Amino acid sequence: MTASWSTIDCDVHANVPSMAALLPYLDEQWRDSVIDRGLNSLESINYPPNAPLTARADWRGKSGEPANSLDLLRTHALDRWNIDVAICNCLYGVQLLFSEDMAAAFAKAINDWIAKEWLDRDHRLRASIVVPIQNTDYAVAEIERCAGDPRFVQVLVLAMGDSPLGRRQFWPVFEAAVRHGLPIGIHAGSSFRHPVTSLGWPSWYAEDYCAQAQGFQAQVASLVCEGVFAKYPALKVVLIESGVTWLPAFLWRLSKFWRGVRAEVPWVDRTPYEIVREHLRLTIQPFDGPQEPDEVARLIDHLQSDDMLLFSSDFPHWQFDGDEIMPAGIPEKLHTKIRRDNALATYPRLAASAA
Amino acid sequence: MAKHVIAPLSEFPAGSRKLVDIKGRPIVVFNIGGEFFALANRCPHQGGSLCEGRLVGLIEASEPGHYRYSRRGEIIRCPWHGWEFDVRTGKSWCEPDRVRARQFAVSIAPGATLVEGPYVAETFPVRVEDDYVVLEA
Repeated sequence: MTASWSTIDCDVHANVPSMAALLPYLDEQWRDSVIDRGLNSLESINYPPNAPLTARADWRGKSGEPANSLDLLRTHALDRWNIDVAICNCLYGVQLLFSEDMAAAFAKAINDWIAKEWLDRDHRLRASIVVPIQNTDYAVAEIERCAGDPRFVQVLVLAMGDSPLGRRQFWPVFEAAVRHGLPIGIHAGSSFRHPVTSLGWPSWYAEDYCAQAQGFQAQVASLVCEGVFAKYPALKVVLIESGVTWLPAFLWRLSKFWRGVRAEVPWVDRTPYEIVREHLRLTIQPFDGPQEPDEVARLIDHLQSDDMLLFSSDFPHWQFDGDEIMPAGIPEKLHTKIRRDNALATYPRLAASAA
Repeated sequence: MAKHVIAPLSEFPAGSRKLVDIKGRPIVVFNIGGEFFALANRCPHQGGSLCEGRLVGLIEASEPGHYRYSRRGEIIRCPWHGWEFDVRTGKSWCEPDRVRARQFAVSIAPGATLVEGPYVAETFPVRVEDDYVVLEA
């Protein structure tokens, strides 16, 4: 069956249309509590509904709302681009909640909602497990609860949370992920525990979205320097909607500093560049690069790996126009790897279901 | 390659280091617990003076948080960018095969063997009854 797959989309968004959609999936106590307290949304300001990035104009619903139904995903993405498999990432604001109990309740509701309303209704779909990362025990429990369903292929966290993800408090999450053949997907977004830049709050949305790359950089440094990949050699981490082109320059810098202070992190026993090439993957949208195809090819060369990029449309986020999901200038010889092979090598559960 | 008498042993105690100039080439010689090691005094990275670096131990780890500390005082850390070099081999820790400080042989010789022979004496007198540190460079 692998041979029949030609395109695996590693980042599409299953958007919760309203709190009402989740109510049937909340436990009774939480359902009543949500109604009682008048909680009508957990949408964060990561993707304000009317921001251009949040949804391409031609992918909005009748009243301009961002695409939030399976039908729209099918029409605009899956059918249109002949996508064989797509991984749904739900960005509903579970990570924002301060109550660990409520976060666990909503994570469970979202995962059950995705399984029933999306995965059950289209065999092409897979999903990431939303976890209440506020509490490591609860996050592990949610992974354990969902892992029996092979359509969950990844664990989803946000680029900016309470603490850098490499810290040992999170290791049980990585251990559970490895145990079940699930990469950790780090998606753009913040739980807004801290300003999105280390300087403080920016004024404008453009600054905010660009700052995501800084968040990703700090996470990459944390995962490498804390020794997560030394501890879990089988772990893969996928940066989702991270942008791609900042990575080589950042790794030059990290690798340079590592040489000078590597004795402080002796478990980092080879250059961060090598570690990252082995363990890290990135989805292809958004792709921030130069206009000239030759220059794009050179940028891709800087990754020094053909295995790191994963195809994604980032539907319904507005990252490109028309049907050109593959950024111009990505060398032709990489297309099959990016469209399919790299994803199969990254997601054991996709490879298993493809076999 | 010539042999150079660089110091009387009695004037080069354990824990000390000397920077010598051999025909315009600076070489740092360490006495580490009675063993002598010599390296070109030019870090192969950007040319920092290794003589001014700190001798540190080797810190490794079997896994995060599990430190293994050995070879105390046998690693010279360049004062400029912190690169570590093994004084026994000159090899850098990060890229042992590609980046290394040039190494030279050092030996101790009794003065009696040095009074005659093809040695380049320094500016001090060599006496038969003393031992000397001899650098091959």
